[in-house]
Amino acid sequence: MTGARSDILLAVQAALQSPPLLEARNLERRFGAARALRGLSLSVQAGECHLIVGPNGAGKTTLLRLLAGLARPTAGTVVIEGGRRRIGLLSHQSQLYNELTAVENLAFAARLHGVADPARAARTCLTAVGLAERADDPVGKLSRGMVQRVAIAKALLHAPRLLLLDEPFTGLDLQATEQTLALLGAERAAGRALVLVTHDAQEAWDLATHAHLLVRGVWAFGGPREASLEHFLRRCREALRG
Amino acid sequence: MAEFLRVALAVAGKDVRVELRSKTALVSAIAFAALVLVIFNFARDAAAVSREMLAPSVLWITFSFSGVIALNRSFSLERENAALDGLLLAPVSRSALFLGKYLANLAFVFSVETVALPLFVLFFGVDLSGSLGGIILTAILATTGFVAVGTVFAAMTARTRFAELMLPLLVLPFLLPPVISAVQVTARLLAGRPLSEIAGWLRILGFYDLVFVTLCLLLFPPLMDE
Repeated sequence: MTGARSDILLAVQAALQSPPLLEARNLERRFGAARALRGLSLSVQAGECHLIVGPNGAGKTTLLRLLAGLARPTAGTVVIEGGRRRIGLLSHQSQLYNELTAVENLAFAARLHGVADPARAARTCLTAVGLAERADDPVGKLSRGMVQRVAIAKALLHAPRLLLLDEPFTGLDLQATEQTLALLGAERAAGRALVLVTHDAQEAWDLATHAHLLVRGVWAFGGPREASLEHFLRRCREALRG
Repeated sequence: MAEFLRVALAVAGKDVRVELRSKTALVSAIAFAALVLVIFNFARDAAAVSREMLAPSVLWITFSFSGVIALNRSFSLERENAALDGLLLAPVSRSALFLGKYLANLAFVFSVETVALPLFVLFFGVDLSGSLGGIILTAILATTGFVAVGTVFAAMTARTRFAELMLPLLVLPFLLPPVISAVQVTARLLAGRPLSEIAGWLRILGFYDLVFVTLCLLLFPPLMDE
């Protein structure tokens, strides 16, 4: 056995032995009589990136809110290893205050998360997303893409082990998308787990280790990522037609 | 405890900073207070009702209604961009979040009252020389309680579609005990009555503060869980 193979085997063995960072079982969420999610289970290990795709209204954002603990499931359980302090969430909305500057927003979040030297941590994260020069501008005066990058920096600020990302590439130009992909790739390589919700599988395909299709609140299919994006998209089209 | 206070001060500091930049709540609440005083001043029939009789009620209507306007802003700023989600995701005590919002709201409402009191003196020609200390104490006691209740209701209504409408409807009934007590104290202070006549009302205000600030601290965390 070569050294590289044994390293991979050891990593797989370690992953199998360690508890998952996220374990969701039989999640159900109702809004009145309507069932938004039904019987969803998901297990996410360190270093994995789960891509969740689905059409509008499939329940992707609702699922992410349940996983983050911002909404309660009607039935089922969500267990986060280490508790909610290990989560970084990027949601549809930026969770930022328009009147505060980018660095003030991040420093405030850092204080709440108990990060040492909040102002410094805030500037470091803004530099990582390429916004060092706009750090002292009010968020309300930044473009949509820049606000998205500040929001991404906020999600990464406290070095969470599990990142929940809802459409992270919305509003980003090509350069910023590539920069964000590289940043998220580095996070995954560092052992963080990612759950990435998008309506466009193509943009995050290379990052994903697993891919799932959510349709009308249930998994149409899902599991370890297939080799070919085209094959995955074909299966998606078939599932949506069915 | 130090961590609890650190979080509360961070939240309060953030709210004050946002308000100082936008001035949304302060300007609208102060303008509202001035309008109420102007309306009452000119709507009063001088032959039928003396200024002294009307003044205590007008003062407390002005304080409480403009206070509700200031409170409305408290959680509406958390609704913009879903910033409330960011607060709730943070691994901090929700009672500390409440305390932070409460301290900021106290600062806003006291600021509005600080501007409204001289306007009240100006419009109603009331002589506060012998009663200023007592009125300030009454304002502190009454405001402490009703801002706590208002902060909780502002949080509850923040996630509803009609927050601006719902907040006054929910809060105003809870303002009756402190407003009635404060009006009674103010009337007696302006009439130069002895301390023994107001001590009972001040005790009611103190009791209201104790009960409602404690209740709000306890109720806020479960109310924030969806």
